[in-house]
Amino acid sequence: MTLHATHIAKPATVSAVMLKVLAAMLPGIALSVHFNGIGVLVQLLLASVTALLAEAAMLRLRGVPVTPFLKDLSAIVTAWLLALAMPPLGAWWLIVVATLFAIVVAKQLYGGLGNNPFNPAMVGFAVAIISFPAQMAAWGSPLAPLDAAAQLQWIFSHTLPAGSALDAVSSATPLDLLKTGLLQGGRDVSQLLAGDRFGQLGNAGGEWIALGWLAGGLWLWQQKLIPWQTPLATLAGVVAMSGALWLAAPAHYASPLFHLFNGATLLAAMFIVTDPVSGSTTPRGRLIFGGLVGVLTVLIRVFGGFPDAVAFAVLIMNIAVPFIDQYTQPTVFGHKGGRRA
Amino acid sequence: MSRLYDFHGGIHPPENKQQSSATPIRQLPLPPLLHIALGQSVGNAALPCVQPGQRVLKGQCIAEADGRLSSAVHAPTSGNIIAIGEHAFAHPSGLPAATITLQPDGLEQWQPRQNLPHWRDASGSELRDFLQQMGIVGLGGAVFPTHLKLAARELQTLVVNGAECEPYISCDDRLMQERAADIVAGIGIAAHALRAGEVLIGIEDNKPQAIAAMQAACHGTPFRVVAIPTKYPSGSAKQLIRVLTGKEIPHGVRATELGVQCLNVGTLYAIARAVLHGEPLLSRIVTLTGAVADAANVEALIGTPLDWLLAQAGHTTAAEVIMGGPMMGFTVPDLAAGLSKAGNCLIVKSPAEFPPRPAAMPCIRCGECATACPMELQPMDLFWFAKARNFGKAQEWHLFDCIECGACSYVCPSQIPLVDYYRFAKSEIWAAERDKKAADLARRRHDFRQFRIEREKSEKAERLAARAAEQAAKLAASQAATTTVSSAQDDPKKAIIAAAMARAAEQQESKPLPDSHTQALDDAKQAAIKAAMERAAARKAAAQQSSDDSSNAAANPAGSTGIDNAKQAAIQAAMERAAARKAAAQQSSDDSGNNAAANPVSATGIDDTKQAAIQAAMERAAARKAAAQQSNDASGNNAAANPVSATGIDDAKQAAIKAAMERAAARKAAAQQDQQDPT
Repeated sequence: MTLHATHIAKPATVSAVMLKVLAAMLPGIALSVHFNGIGVLVQLLLASVTALLAEAAMLRLRGVPVTPFLKDLSAIVTAWLLALAMPPLGAWWLIVVATLFAIVVAKQLYGGLGNNPFNPAMVGFAVAIISFPAQMAAWGSPLAPLDAAAQLQWIFSHTLPAGSALDAVSSATPLDLLKTGLLQGGRDVSQLLAGDRFGQLGNAGGEWIALGWLAGGLWLWQQKLIPWQTPLATLAGVVAMSGALWLAAPAHYASPLFHLFNGATLLAAMFIVTDPVSGSTTPRGRLIFGGLVGVLTVLIRVFGGFPDAVAFAVLIMNIAVPFIDQYTQPTVFGHKGGRRA
Repeated sequence: MSRLYDFHGGIHPPENKQQSSATPIRQLPLPPLLHIALGQSVGNAALPCVQPGQRVLKGQCIAEADGRLSSAVHAPTSGNIIAIGEHAFAHPSGLPAATITLQPDGLEQWQPRQNLPHWRDASGSELRDFLQQMGIVGLGGAVFPTHLKLAARELQTLVVNGAECEPYISCDDRLMQERAADIVAGIGIAAHALRAGEVLIGIEDNKPQAIAAMQAACHGTPFRVVAIPTKYPSGSAKQLIRVLTGKEIPHGVRATELGVQCLNVGTLYAIARAVLHGEPLLSRIVTLTGAVADAANVEALIGTPLDWLLAQAGHTTAAEVIMGGPMMGFTVPDLAAGLSKAGNCLIVKSPAEFPPRPAAMPCIRCGECATACPMELQPMDLFWFAKARNFGKAQEWHLFDCIECGACSYVCPSQIPLVDYYRFAKSEIWAAERDKKAADLARRRHDFRQFRIEREKSEKAERLAARAAEQAAKLAASQAATTTVSSAQDDPKKAIIAAAMARAAEQQESKPLPDSHTQALDDAKQAAIKAAMERAAARKAAAQQSSDDSSNAAANPAGSTGIDNAKQAAIQAAMERAAARKAAAQQSSDDSGNNAAANPVSATGIDDTKQAAIQAAMERAAARKAAAQQSNDASGNNAAANPVSATGIDDAKQAAIKAAMERAAARKAAAQQDQQDPT
C-alpha cells in the first residue's frame, strides 16, 4: 500500500503520552513518600525493574522488536500504578509477583500494548489481594511511620529492628477500621470516624495523597491527555452511591467524603479508569463506564469481603466496555435528528 | 454579521502559507511541451477530436465531453498536436493516462473567442452546456464538472469557498487578492443561474488581505464576505456549509437537497472568464512551495510538465513532490506528468520540513482521532475494523462518511497512517461490490442461456416434426419418379445401373457411415472444423448479445460462414456425423455411469470444435426427445429466427442432412443407454 496521507503529523508519540502520565503521578508520589516513607519508592523501583524485564522477555518471546516497545514506557506506567495501589511495606516478592502477572498475563499474553482488555495494574492488584490478603495489609501507619532502614529491612527480610511494633507495619487502614468496627457492632460510623487515623477528610495522611492524585489528573486533563468524562463520572458514581447509603442510614454508612479520600478512589479516577486501552472510548460510554466503576467501588467496599474494591470494580467494568461502546456510538456528522440512519 | 457555527474536531497544523503567499501571481513563459490528459474531471475522460500532426489554436477544443459527467478539454496555446496516447499522469496510482501532447508554436494564436453575453437571459441548460464546452470544473481540487453543480433551482444559500484550509496552499488567497472583481462576477453568474437567495463567501481569518479585497469587490452587491475561524478542514464543503449555515450535509445527500451549493473561488473565476470573455479553462493558479528557491504562485497552462513547472520556482533536486496539500495530497509518481486542472499546489518535500514518519505503534485507543474527526466518527474503531478486514462493521460505523481529511492521522500519537486504512477499506468494499455485480450478471446470463436452450429445443422439435413429414413425402415422390424413369428407359443396362445407383444411394442413406468415410472429410475437414468453430463462436456471441440486450431472437449461426450453400450443407452433414461419432465414442469410453448423464460440454480437455459438435449432437437428441413431447403443442413461441432455414439450404439436402443427424443421434443415444444400464 502506497502511503498517501498525511504528509505531516503532530510530533506526538506514545512515549510522550506515557511520560506525561508518569509526570502527573509525581505530586501524589511525593506526598505518599512523605506520609508513608521510603517503602513507596522501593515498591516503585521493584515494580519498574520487574516490569521492564518481564516486558523485554515477553517481547522477545513474541518475536516483536523489543526496543521501541520498551521505550513506549507503557510498562513503567503499569508498574507505577500497581506499586502505588499496593501497600508500601509489602514484601518485595509480593510486588514482583503482582507486576509479573500484570505484564506477562494481563498485557503481553493478550497481545501487548493496545490489546489488553483488562487494566494490567488492576489485574496484578487483584491477584495479589486474593492470593496474599495478609501481606496486602502492610500499609504501615502514617501516624507513626517506621524509619527508612526499618522499612527496607521489613520489605526485604520480613523482620523488624528490635523495639519496633508489628503494628507499625500492618496497622489497619481507615477502610479496614471502619469495616471491622461496624462488624464488631456497638459503635456507629460517626463514633468510629472520630479516631485519629481518620484525619480531617476520613484518612489521615491519605487525604493529602489523594489530593496529589487529583492535582495530577487535573494537569492531564488540561494537557488533553485524559477526558473529563471518566474521572468525573467515577467520582460522581462514588459520591452518588455512598451518598445514597449515607442519607438512608448515616449510622451504618460512611459519608461520600470518606469514600472519596480512602482507598484508591482518586488514584483510580485520575489514572486507572482513564487508561484508554481498557476503558470506553465514546463520550457517553466514558460517563457510563466511570459512573459504574464508582458505584461498584462503593458497593463492593461496603458489602463485599475485601477492604478496597477499586480493582474489582475496574475489572468488572472492563468486561463491559465493548458492550458499552457498541451502544454509545456518537451520532455522525449529518446524521443528527434521525433524518438518515 | 451572521452567526457562525462550529464543527466538531478539526486541527491546527502549522500553516506554512507565508512562503508562497507574499508575492504576486507570476506569469510563466511557454513550456516546450504540454501533456494534456483527457481525464481532467470527475467522470468520463473527454474524447479527442484532433489528430496528431494537426495544428490547433489557443482555446480550440481538442477533446469533447463524453456524456454528462465529463468536461471538454482545450488547447492551452496554439501549436501542433504531436501525439495522442498514454503518458505519465499525476495520480496516486502511478498509472499512465490518455494524453494529448501539444507542441506550442509560440504564437499564442487564439481561435475566435465566443462568450455568452446574454447569460442573464440564457436558459439553465444553455449556460450549463456552455460551461461544459468551456471545460469548467471545480478547481478546489475535486475537479467535479461545474455545469452539473449549477443544475439546482431556487437555492437558499450559495456558499463560496475561499477558506483554503490546507497548509502551504495559497493559490486561492492570491487569486482573491488580485482578481476579486472577476471572482465576484463569477459569483454573480452562478448566483443568477442557481437563483440563490443569499451568497456567503467563507474565507479563513488567516487571510486578511484576501478578505479585504473580496469585501471591496463585493461592495454594492448582496454577497457577504464572512471571515471564519482558521481550523482545518474548514475548506471541506461539508464543514464550510456547516460553519456558514449550520446545515449538515449527510453522506450520500446532495447539498442542493438542503438548499445549499458550494463553489470554489477559483471555479467562479473560471466561470467569469468563460462567460464574459469566452476563455475556456486553459490555465490555473498553482502554488509552488516547499524546498524550492522561489516559492510562489504561478499561472500555469494545463498540461505544463510538472518538472518544468518546478524548475521555474528554482527546484532542481530529485526530492519527492506532493500534489495538493500536505494533508490530503499525494506524492506525484512521475514528474513528467502534465499539470491537471486539479493541481492546486506542488510541495517539494525536504527532510527538514517533512521528516519521515516514525514507525507506527499499536493503537492505544486514546481517542485523539475521535476528538479531531470533523465528521464525528470513531476513527480508532474504523481502524480496528479495517485492519481486521471487517468491512461490514466498518460500513456500519459509517466508513463512507469519512472525508479522508487526515485529521486523525495528523494527531495520532501512535503515528498510524489512519486515512490509508480507510482508503484501503473503501476500495476493498468497492471491489467486492463490483465482484458481486459481475456475479449477478453472470448468473442472469446463465439463467437466460438455460431459458434460450430450452426454447431452441422446442423450436427444433417443431421443425423436425415438419421436416420428417416433408421428407417422407419427398422420398415417396422420388421413388415414384425413379420408377417412371427406369420404365421409360429402353436400355436395360442403363436401367440396371440406375437401379444399382439408387440402391447404393439408399444403402448409404440407411446404414451408418463407415469409418472410411474420412475420405469425404479429407477436403472438407478443415473447412468444416472452421465452419463449426465459427458457428460456435457466432452462437456464443449471439447468446452474449441476447442476454446483454435482453432481446431474444437467436442470431443466425450459419449466416456468417460465407461458404456457399451446397458445399456448406455437405460439410455440415459430414462434420456433424463425425462429431456425433466422436461424442458417442467419448461417452461410451467414459468410466463413470453418472458422467454419462452429465453435460459433456462441461467436460474439460475437449477442444472447441469437439465441444461445438457435441453440443450440436446433444441439442439434436434433446430436440428429438422434446419433439415427442411437444409435437402436439400449439407452441406460439417460434418468433425467433430459424437458424437452419436461414442458411438457404434447399429442402432436399436438408432432409438428407437431417436423416444423417438423426442416425448419429440415435447411435449416441444407444451408446448412452448402454452405459447407463450398468448403473
